[in-house]
Amino acid sequence: MIAELGHAALWLAAALAALQMASGFLALRAAEGSEIAALVRPSAIVQGALASFSFAMLLWLFAVTDLSVKLVAANSHSLKPLVFKLSGTWGNHEGSMLLWVTVMSLAGALIALIERRLPDRTMNATLGAQGLVALGFYAFLILSSNPFERLPVPAPEGLGLNPLLQDIGLAFHPPTLYMGYVGLSVAFSFAVGALLTRQVTPDFASAMRPWVLGAWVFLTLGIVAGSYWAYYELGWGGWWFWDPVENASLMPWLAATALLHSTSVLASRDALRVWTIMLGVVAFSMSMVGTFLVRSGILTSVHAFAVDPERGTFILILLGLFIGGALLLFALRANTISEGQRFNATSREGALVFNNVMLSAILAIVLLGTLYPLLTEAFDVRVSVGPPYFNPVGAIFAVPMFAIMAIGPLLRWRQDRVERIRPELSLFAALVLVALIGFGIVANVAILPLLGLALGIGLAVASFLPLRGRSLKRVPLATWGMVVAHFGIAVALLGMASESAFSREKLAAIEPGQTTQVGPWSVTLSDVVPVAGPNWTALEGRLSASYDGSEPVALTPQSRRFWAPPQQTTESALSTRWNGQLYAVIGDRSPDGRWQLRLWWKPFVTLIWYGGLLVALGGALALVGRVITDVRRRRIAARIVERRSDREALA
Amino acid sequence: MSWKVWLPLFLFAGFLGLAAYQLTQPKDDFVESRMVGEALPYFDLPPATGGVEGAATTDFQDGTPKLLNIWASWCLPCIAEAPQLERLKEAGVPIVGIAIRDRPEDVAQFLARHGNPYSRIARDDLSEVQLAIGSSGVPETFVIDGRGYIRYQHIGDIREDDVATLLGELEAAR
Repeated sequence: MIAELGHAALWLAAALAALQMASGFLALRAAEGSEIAALVRPSAIVQGALASFSFAMLLWLFAVTDLSVKLVAANSHSLKPLVFKLSGTWGNHEGSMLLWVTVMSLAGALIALIERRLPDRTMNATLGAQGLVALGFYAFLILSSNPFERLPVPAPEGLGLNPLLQDIGLAFHPPTLYMGYVGLSVAFSFAVGALLTRQVTPDFASAMRPWVLGAWVFLTLGIVAGSYWAYYELGWGGWWFWDPVENASLMPWLAATALLHSTSVLASRDALRVWTIMLGVVAFSMSMVGTFLVRSGILTSVHAFAVDPERGTFILILLGLFIGGALLLFALRANTISEGQRFNATSREGALVFNNVMLSAILAIVLLGTLYPLLTEAFDVRVSVGPPYFNPVGAIFAVPMFAIMAIGPLLRWRQDRVERIRPELSLFAALVLVALIGFGIVANVAILPLLGLALGIGLAVASFLPLRGRSLKRVPLATWGMVVAHFGIAVALLGMASESAFSREKLAAIEPGQTTQVGPWSVTLSDVVPVAGPNWTALEGRLSASYDGSEPVALTPQSRRFWAPPQQTTESALSTRWNGQLYAVIGDRSPDGRWQLRLWWKPFVTLIWYGGLLVALGGALALVGRVITDVRRRRIAARIVERRSDREALA
Repeated sequence: MSWKVWLPLFLFAGFLGLAAYQLTQPKDDFVESRMVGEALPYFDLPPATGGVEGAATTDFQDGTPKLLNIWASWCLPCIAEAPQLERLKEAGVPIVGIAIRDRPEDVAQFLARHGNPYSRIARDDLSEVQLAIGSSGVPETFVIDGRGYIRYQHIGDIREDDVATLLGELEAAR
């Protein structure tokens, strides 16, 4: 019954998406205040409610482990802890697509409920576009990936969830990432709506900005969580592998970052109209391209989703319709939208445009690197593109970007002179230079980490310079957001550079009782003991690690065997200090009785994720600041209207 | 500006075409060895269990073509191909087995249960030989000619239809 209710709600939601699309687009041609336009907002709201209901039903099925439902039987197990039963809902293809449309329709409902700034026609066109995109994904779910399909005979027991996914970090990683991906669909719909009505105005940008900010904050959080998960769960000691799935989350982030900044220019200066629209289309397109690459299985990745060429074809058709349609519309309309205000190269806008171009270049590099194997495979050449390409080629554009990022916020809008900010420029240049000399000549660090360290230090200080000479209490929240986010980038950059420059690795084969050294740590293997968990057994290494002769800490890396489904995983053990992490993995036992231990000392590696969290915090601050300003403005506008009507009544 | 606005659409159309083409291509997960046609790399491995002989490169240079079978007791398709290996043995083919990451007691148990078609069985605890001859999984079977050159690679378990192919390749390697 529960499954059928969920399935029915899904069909109804799809029908409402169709209604939303039809009424939204028809209202474009209808006269002002026509009846058809009155349907748009309610259908978006009800659609959001129905999709959420459907998702709640699937959650329920997973919570009670209803094994008559195929998806539950294939991905869950009655012995699993409840939290992983629930997270199993989105740990598979069908469930995650349902989560995708649920978030998308909720976003649509939210715009329909609260957005009042846009002209009605643009609003209707936007919701119409949102309905169209949602309808495509409903069709995909219902026709080729029905999560509510029943088994002819209920299974006696479920097959279980991939043990790598039975992790609390992963319970929250996909939902956050999806909110980011799908939040960008709102920007996409806004862009399409504005193209249809040709109303690309600062108001349009202010209406779109909170959505881009919100999506961007969630994307940032999702990427940070995913990176940390890969770092401690896969047991490979790395935090970013340039895997297609990671790139699939990075590309929308890069596009959204560029979009965020160009939206700011459009909102405050009425410039970069066409460019902003283009980025709005590109950002969500990157989310969809990423989804396609991952789900169709045409690229090999460590993230093995159930691969199905039929699904791949379906998503590809959706891509062709949505992205192709939006780009065609863009090509037809872009020339009729004027560029907007002009500005000088030495100005805030100039710096933002420069960084937009750099971000787009990095995006193009990541996209090319991700698609390159696909291209060569068409000529029967198998290649795999990895860090030797991405790191140096990306750095070509990242280095000037970080430099401009330090200076840009100090410049004035429209027109400025470099001489005005000479002291700040000199401070930044001096910091970078001292760090370059210090780390390069004294510590002999390799070129890429060296640049990272130097720019990171310079940027960390420079990101606070926009606050100089201002009363801190009166600085707007959005400015604080920018400062915190830029500082976060610097912190993350320092973490990445430090990890790559100063990491120490040791692969040792030792017997219990023996000690080995890695960096400043001496690690003793005391014992290896069997332990058991709720659905696994493991061999656990008992290590005691001492930093530079200080009080030893206990570490217990495990080599786990799950039995549903049978799989072996390594659980790394971490010891975190203020200045870095010790990372330990236990491997197999060699025939002579020694145990393989893999140890890393990674100085300041945690800065990567703290920096990422700061970036997200900055985005959240800016979002709150923008919303508060908006609410205030609305109140003032309402008061003016009130006074005017009072005056008229008195007269 | 006029023509540039079409650029994204054209780029996207290119991607769409490429992706559509790749989707229609069958996914080929077999990794063929580049060592076919080359001399067998040097190795000298101990026996995999009691009562059998180990194997070395020199064993393949006595003038008779042989099969080199990469297998393991923990591998299910290896059980499936055991009857076919038995038939090849009955046809007079010397088969050298290399047990990958295995334990002597498990190897003995496997042989007791599924028969022993091998003339020699060596143990390769670190997949050294497996990697050196370009094998990416178990089971895989190589035809080695009498001078110790790799002539043919068979990926996956040997089915009934494959027996004739392997016999033909052995004949050709003579």
